[in-house]
Parts: sequence; structure tokens; C-alpha cells
Amino acid sequence: MNNDNIVRVGISDLNIAVGSQRIRTSGLGSCVGAVIYDLSSEIAGLAHVMLPDSSLTRQEKINEYKYANTAIPILINKMLSKGAKKYALRAKLAGGAQMFQFSSNTDTMRIGPRNIDAVREQLQNNRIPIVAEDIGGNSGRTIEFNPITGKLKIRTVNKGEKYI
Amino acid sequence: MKLSNLSNLQIDVLREIGNIGAGNAATSMSELMKKRINMTTPSVEVVTFDEMMNIIGGPEEVIVALLFQVHSEAPSTVYFILSIEEAENLVHEITGGTIKLSLLKDEHPNEFAISALKEASNIIIGSFLTALSDFLNINMQPSVPYLSVDMAGAILTAGLIEISQVSDHALVINTEINTSQENNNIHGNFFLLPEPVALPQFFSALGINTYE
Repeated sequence: MNNDNIVRVGISDLNIAVGSQRIRTSGLGSCVGAVIYDLSSEIAGLAHVMLPDSSLTRQEKINEYKYANTAIPILINKMLSKGAKKYALRAKLAGGAQMFQFSSNTDTMRIGPRNIDAVREQLQNNRIPIVAEDIGGNSGRTIEFNPITGKLKIRTVNKGEKYI
Repeated sequence: MKLSNLSNLQIDVLREIGNIGAGNAATSMSELMKKRINMTTPSVEVVTFDEMMNIIGGPEEVIVALLFQVHSEAPSTVYFILSIEEAENLVHEITGGTIKLSLLKDEHPNEFAISALKEASNIIIGSFLTALSDFLNINMQPSVPYLSVDMAGAILTAGLIEISQVSDHALVINTEINTSQENNNIHGNFFLLPEPVALPQFFSALGINTYE
């Protein structure tokens, strides 16, 4: 496949793919890759969320793509303006792992589960059903979504590739 | 303080901090392995999180990382990063060639080998932080070593969570080391990631004005 056909999403980033394009993000650890898609119009969005909630930030000018509570609504709006139908939107989630088993169990260390909860809450607020997810554990994940088939490919170092 | 506004003098000071830490770490690694260890001059870079992964080959590069949280008034995270082969070689060397470790293929890697790897990193990073602590006169207490073998992106973001709450950039003090022998060449990286509150502590410890 032509590499130009792959839309890459970085850390604290989001983007949209249509039709024969694929959308991909690499090396998810505690971050969550949230895919929102409309199969009927072959539009898919992907947000690489790093932190749960922008209200906890100590930054003056925030990066809205970094937080679940800001990135998910922005992604939904971008998709709707591209022609996706709100009622047809579905979601698939991957990531939210705990890469190191830290002995101190502070909030910072539980960031993976908190990211997942925050993404779920945003999806629920927007009445978008979560169709499938591959979350938690302690492995990094690279994910790639196909807007035509609705399949999410997940690659890990130890367990190879699978589709959800 | 803003990372983008660091002066040349401040960057030189951070490079020297990396130099002193890595120099001592390389010496103790050399004693451990009874081999000569070379190191590069540390680089001091202010990078986006995506750029940080690219320093060691991109977010999907599989690495062996030993992470230490540094409890201190200058809180930081230190990574000792090796490739899989290099970590296996290191274990082979320090156990006198008695242990063969296969990090990826073994479902349950030899626990003795894993603890040898952790102990070696404990000694090496211990020297790194003791040297910094003496130089800066700041107490720096390392956590136990945390080991992960996985994609660089997943491993390195774990050390960026604190930083990401206040910034979209990280300051990385990076030193590369390698052994000079042709066989079992070992080449690794030390990453020192100071949290934003640590920088003014570093500078004031050395009598440099934070706001120039």
C-alpha cells in the first residue's frame, strides 16, 4: 500500500481518514487511542489521548488534543463537519496500559485506567456506543484502523497482530 | 520557567550535569564489565514528545529500559536504555558468561538474569545520581529499578506524565555509551528527564540566575 494513504497521528494529536485511507498511531502505552467511525460514510477519526482531564492542568495555554475531555468533542465535531452522521458513530478503544508496576500507587501511576474512564465518559455523553476495546495490561500497542471495513488492527511486541 | 527560553549558559550547565553523571556511570559500568567504555558528549535537547521517541529510533522501536524515579527537591526520571541484544550481552558479561538471557523469546525469562540486569543498572545509575548529588549538593534518591521491554513510545511516555501536565515539550539530557570491543559490543543511552520544577533547583545550586 502507498504510504501516503496512511494518516499518522502523533502523541496528543488527532486526525481523520476517509475511504481507502488508513489511520494509525504508534507506541500507545498509558495513552488511549480512541477511534470514532461512521461505516456508512467511511469516515474515521483517531485521537491519541495522553491525559484524562484538562481542568487539572497547570498550563496556561492548553493543548486541547492532549486531554480526553477536550480531544473527544473536537474529534466528533471535525467528523460531523466532514459529513459523518452523529447517529451512526461507533467507537473502538485501545491502550491505557500500565508499562511499569510502580510501587507507589499515586494518581500519576494509574494514568492508564484514568484515561480509559475519561474517554468512556466522553463517548457516553455523546451517546456513542463502544463496539470493541483492547485495553489495560502492560504492553505497548500500535493501532491502525480501516474506515471501510471498520476493523482495528492492534500490534504488540509479544503477541503479534490481532483485529478487533 | 519556559524551556524554550534557556540561555546558552544554562544549556552548558545542563550538559555538564549530564557529563558528570554519565561519566561516573560509565566508570562504574567499566569496572563491572572489566572493559573500556566510551561515552559521547551529552546532548541537551528541548523536544516535543514525538521528537523524543525519534532520538532512539521512533515510537515502535523495541527497547529494554530501566527506569528510575528520582526522589529529590529536583525530581527527575532517569532511563538506562539498551537494545535487546545489548541487554542480553550485558547480562552475559556480568555473570561471567554463565547466563544466557533471551528477553523476547522466553515466556518466563530467567529470573536470575533479570535480577542481574536490574542490579547492574542499580549500580550504574546509582553512580550517575551520586555524582550529580555531590556536584549539586542536592539529595537525589533513586527508586528501585523498573524494567520494561517494549515499544519506545509506550515506555518513554511513562516518564513524561508529570511533565505533560505542565508542558508539551520535554528537556532531555542524553548521553550515549559504548564498549570498544568488536565482539559483544554494548551501546546504550542514559536519559535524564528533569521535571520542570527541577530546573531552577539545578541552576540555583550552581549559582546561576534562573531568569536572565
